[in-house]
Amino acid sequence: MITTSGLSKVYRSRGREVTALDGVDLHVREGEVYGVIGQSGAGKSSLIRCVNLLERPTSGTVTVAGQDLTALAGRGHRAGRELRRARSRIGMVFQHFNLLSSRTVQDNVELPLEILGVSGKERSRKALELLDLVGLADKAGSYPAQLSGGQKQRVGIARALAGDPKVLLSDEATSALDPETTRSILQLLRDLNRQLGLTVLLITHEMDVVKSICDSAALMEKGRIVESGTVGELLATPGSELAAALFPVSGDASGDDRTVVDITFHGDAAGRPVISQLSRTYNIDISILGAAMDTVGGKQVGRMRIELPGRYEDNVVPIGFLREQGLQIDVQGLAQEPALAEEGAAK
Amino acid sequence: MQPLLEQACWDTLYMVGWSTLIAVVGGLPLGVLLVLTDRGGLLQNVVANKVIGQIVNIARSLPFIILMVALMGFTRWITGTTIGREAAIVPLAVGAIPFFARLVETAVREVDHGLVEAVQSMGGNTWTVVRKVLVPESLPSLISSATTTIVALIGYSAMAGTVGAGGLGDIAIRYGYQRFETGLMWITVAILAVVISVIQFAGDYAARGLHRRGGRSGPGPKLRLLKAREPDSPAAASTGSGSGTAEVGKVA
Repeated sequence: MITTSGLSKVYRSRGREVTALDGVDLHVREGEVYGVIGQSGAGKSSLIRCVNLLERPTSGTVTVAGQDLTALAGRGHRAGRELRRARSRIGMVFQHFNLLSSRTVQDNVELPLEILGVSGKERSRKALELLDLVGLADKAGSYPAQLSGGQKQRVGIARALAGDPKVLLSDEATSALDPETTRSILQLLRDLNRQLGLTVLLITHEMDVVKSICDSAALMEKGRIVESGTVGELLATPGSELAAALFPVSGDASGDDRTVVDITFHGDAAGRPVISQLSRTYNIDISILGAAMDTVGGKQVGRMRIELPGRYEDNVVPIGFLREQGLQIDVQGLAQEPALAEEGAAK
Repeated sequence: MQPLLEQACWDTLYMVGWSTLIAVVGGLPLGVLLVLTDRGGLLQNVVANKVIGQIVNIARSLPFIILMVALMGFTRWITGTTIGREAAIVPLAVGAIPFFARLVETAVREVDHGLVEAVQSMGGNTWTVVRKVLVPESLPSLISSATTTIVALIGYSAMAGTVGAGGLGDIAIRYGYQRFETGLMWITVAILAVVISVIQFAGDYAARGLHRRGGRSGPGPKLRLLKAREPDSPAAASTGSGSGTAEVGKVA
């Protein structure tokens, strides 16, 4: 739905050059929620602004819904008509809501429709329908200053949906909100994604956001995408920083003669009760040191850290059993055997 | 004495009214243009910006009485005369346009860039941004600016007596000063004080009314405090020199 290839953005100011984006290749599939996470200054904001060409990339292309936006006429702010029409089909939600304080909630939602030239009656019908969708039907006549942060963002979302977009861009939409409100806004985005088949590209610096609603994620550092993929793919990647951050496990061995094993659940194997099978088959006591599990699409994904009695040499057979189940196994405190690790991942 | 003052009041209001109208009609687009053509603006055009800026500066720095004399040729071309109320309106308006334009510029610059971005993301063009964002969002400030302009124009109009335009200032000088009718002078001073107070009050009231309705659309200060992290805006990298340096450090 959204594809960027070789996207670069260099800011020039007073003779200095700052590279904000450095060859970003991003692919967002239709109907998924895609999260781009990174620290401040990693280039996330530049990336999302390049997607609807609020900022014109220095090089590279952006394709949204099959349309190459970079090829459309217009430079930066002076966007041509074609580009403006394309933009109106991409909704955008902002960190600081960006609602017009001089307009009522309803008039704010009507604004994109005014720009599209929709008639007055149709505008108010659509605006009220959208406010109902985001649960603010009773606030239509209020001014933004009278709303709470979460309510303002709901208005922002309703406004972004006014042009019936297929794609929604979210620029740190929950970063100015408290945890409780963040959850409710993310839930709303998730519902909209499911109900309307909306493709959502969001940028955030909060891992929780990615964890709670994203199907896919990318990690950005210094203008580059360091890792990307679906949550399952990330888990399957050995040494993935993003997977480790999404599913953090901790805990140390309780003694010298113990083996600590990290098990990563993804794919088909995740449904089976492997731990109890392991315990019964080899008659060993297993303690769980830590686990981060989630259920995505009826399947369990995540990681678990378990402790087996005895040293690694004593546990080669049970670990082999786990690998046979198609699980990814990392033995802690042991120099990785690349061949074995790869074998585990391949299965 | 009373018909004299009455006539003077009407002359002042007539001159100030018309010149305010012209100043708003001329100064508003000029002020908006100053913002739009500035570096990083929607219609960035450094040359045009410098030219407009210089014209505005020169026109503002001229003392009004000199401007009035200097513009006599222009005034005759417009009104056919250089004497009387109509003739005074021309230099008053010419003096007030750049004055108001600068105030408009300041007011419009205050509008959050995020709102401009929001309208652009909806597919709005520059004209839409001006019409739906810049002007409505800065309306309280614009009304305050207009009030300031009116008060300044009342001050300028006192000098309009020089070209035989009448008005309260003219009465104060000719009768109050030159004919030693101190009482009359104080009456004109009192009338001017009342008129200016009423205008200032009305302007403040209108601006405050609009402001209270609106308020700011950003998050409350409490939330900002809770969030230690600096929000990363793309504009900061290109325009803000402070954050620009920080980013250079990171990239290098």
